[in-house]
Amino acid sequence: MSTMKNYAYKKRLAGPALRYTVLTVGAVVMVLPFLYLLSTSFKSQAYVLTIPPQFIPHPATVSNYTEVWTQDNLGRFLVNSLIVALTTTVLSLLLSTMMAYAFARFSFFGRELLFKVLLLGLMIPAMMLIIPQFILAKYFGLIDSLPGLVVFYVGASLSLNTFLLRGFFAAIPSELEQAMEVDGANAWTRYWRLILPLSKPVLATATIFTFLASWDEFAWALTIINSPTNRTLPLAIALFQGQNSTLWGLVFAASAIAIVPVIVVFVVFQRYFVQGLTSGAVKG
Amino acid sequence: MTVLLGTPRSRNPVAEGATPPGRSGRSRLRPGRRRKSALTPLLFLAPGFLLFLGLIIYPMTQAFHMSFYDWNVIAGATSHFIGWDNYIKAFHDPVFSRAVVNSAAYMAITVPPQIVLGLGVAILLNHKAPGRTLYRALFYLPVVTSWVVVSLLFQYLFADSGVVNWVLHDVSHVTSGNISWLSSRWTGMVAISALGIWKGVGWSMMIFLAALQGVRKELVEAAECDGAGPWQRFRAVTLPAIWPAGAFVTIMLVIGGFNVFTSVLLITNGGPADETQVLLTYMYTQAFTNLDFGYGSAIAVLLTIGVFVLSAIQLRAYRAEGDDQ
Repeated sequence: MSTMKNYAYKKRLAGPALRYTVLTVGAVVMVLPFLYLLSTSFKSQAYVLTIPPQFIPHPATVSNYTEVWTQDNLGRFLVNSLIVALTTTVLSLLLSTMMAYAFARFSFFGRELLFKVLLLGLMIPAMMLIIPQFILAKYFGLIDSLPGLVVFYVGASLSLNTFLLRGFFAAIPSELEQAMEVDGANAWTRYWRLILPLSKPVLATATIFTFLASWDEFAWALTIINSPTNRTLPLAIALFQGQNSTLWGLVFAASAIAIVPVIVVFVVFQRYFVQGLTSGAVKG
Repeated sequence: MTVLLGTPRSRNPVAEGATPPGRSGRSRLRPGRRRKSALTPLLFLAPGFLLFLGLIIYPMTQAFHMSFYDWNVIAGATSHFIGWDNYIKAFHDPVFSRAVVNSAAYMAITVPPQIVLGLGVAILLNHKAPGRTLYRALFYLPVVTSWVVVSLLFQYLFADSGVVNWVLHDVSHVTSGNISWLSSRWTGMVAISALGIWKGVGWSMMIFLAALQGVRKELVEAAECDGAGPWQRFRAVTLPAIWPAGAFVTIMLVIGGFNVFTSVLLITNGGPADETQVLLTYMYTQAFTNLDFGYGSAIAVLLTIGVFVLSAIQLRAYRAEGDDQ
């Protein structure tokens, strides 16, 4: 009897131990490349591709960071990226909450059809549109400009955001809105003062996803941006590679600057990521 | 994509009743309000929807349209209608066929590991144990990082005197010399696929983790009482419950696999000599390097149709299998 108990006890301990070992190995594989990126960003060019590789930079230097910041204009690219991502997020959230409100709280002729058309946007691969979008941007004089990035990032984000928000808005009890209506509040007031304040979690999710998508976007920026002063961070980093016959220290110093805000946002708002993913996928 | 998996509305009873039942009744009582309330939703809808039509739907139709033209980029020049020529050209173009094979290979190499590893990690994390949030965050880290950064990172890791070669040759002696990963077709595809798997596992983990939370504990315990082993419990209880999530993950990953672009562009740029071109890098080269917008559009259209057909096939397969579960 006691041996059986002992066995069961051991088994109960062995389970978590094995689980943690496997998980830790996996997590190390996920994180190690990032640590190596950070490490290389503190190496001078002579030490970036040595055999055996240096995991702790020796001698360590911050010259890559000072160089990308002062000579390579990284501050400018950072500001460009911020402007583009923030403007995109604000505009996209405004337009998609309005659409979601119409879809969720009103019935009107053609509602289902319009919603289906909107969902088409979730199914078309973004890259399929890049050629005609380029021609469109050229026609409207949006080539090589930050507004040219913003306008198309907003367009690309509308489907997913509206879809996400509509589900949430629809679940808000209609009695609240009816009470406001009785009190004489018009639709805009109800949208602005009732629906939006009640939807903070889903707004947070939509904000984070939209911001990150435009912060990380590369293909469209590569296609329409020509002048160095209009580059966003991903574009600038990618062009570092060619321009400097790959000075890895510089590339990774710039990369570190670009990904640190993302990692901070992710760690702080982790639960909104989870909510966004699950409401968009599993529950939907 | 969710649309493919059944109408979201039907699972959300609140959404169905979104239109307050009282509203139509009231406007019938007060006919003066009716026209006003019919206009209101359209005003909310118009700005966003018009933008969406202009920036997404119109270009979509244009992509089809342009694929039938010898498109002339220069302003004022006329473009000639050439019928199916761009498509015929694609079928005779060896680089196009190679790009199809490369894209399919990338999909085939990256999708199964992402599903298996993602599900595996999700199952391991599906316990209320300390550190769960931390592990989840670590596995998800590559997902939130930009493709540009991680592509350059992997290019660096797979460099001739990079870490991968050091581990394989100097540390473990698996290889007899340094492999020049990025200078031939299949080794290049291996490096690109390794990145795809590494970056994607966290995403499928997150979806499976959410799905696993919907597995009813009573059922698992009941199965355990009936003497079902871990594998039987997984087969009989867990698997049916996470089946829709599995379908979603598979379809999305297959679509994502065929849409691989940034990593290939930055790691090999389709080279050497177009050996590692995938569909989107080839489309991009045709359009923006060779300025052959018509041919580029034809490739984009073929890709889109291919992805739609594949998604539909998978959806049917999953539905049929799901009914058997």
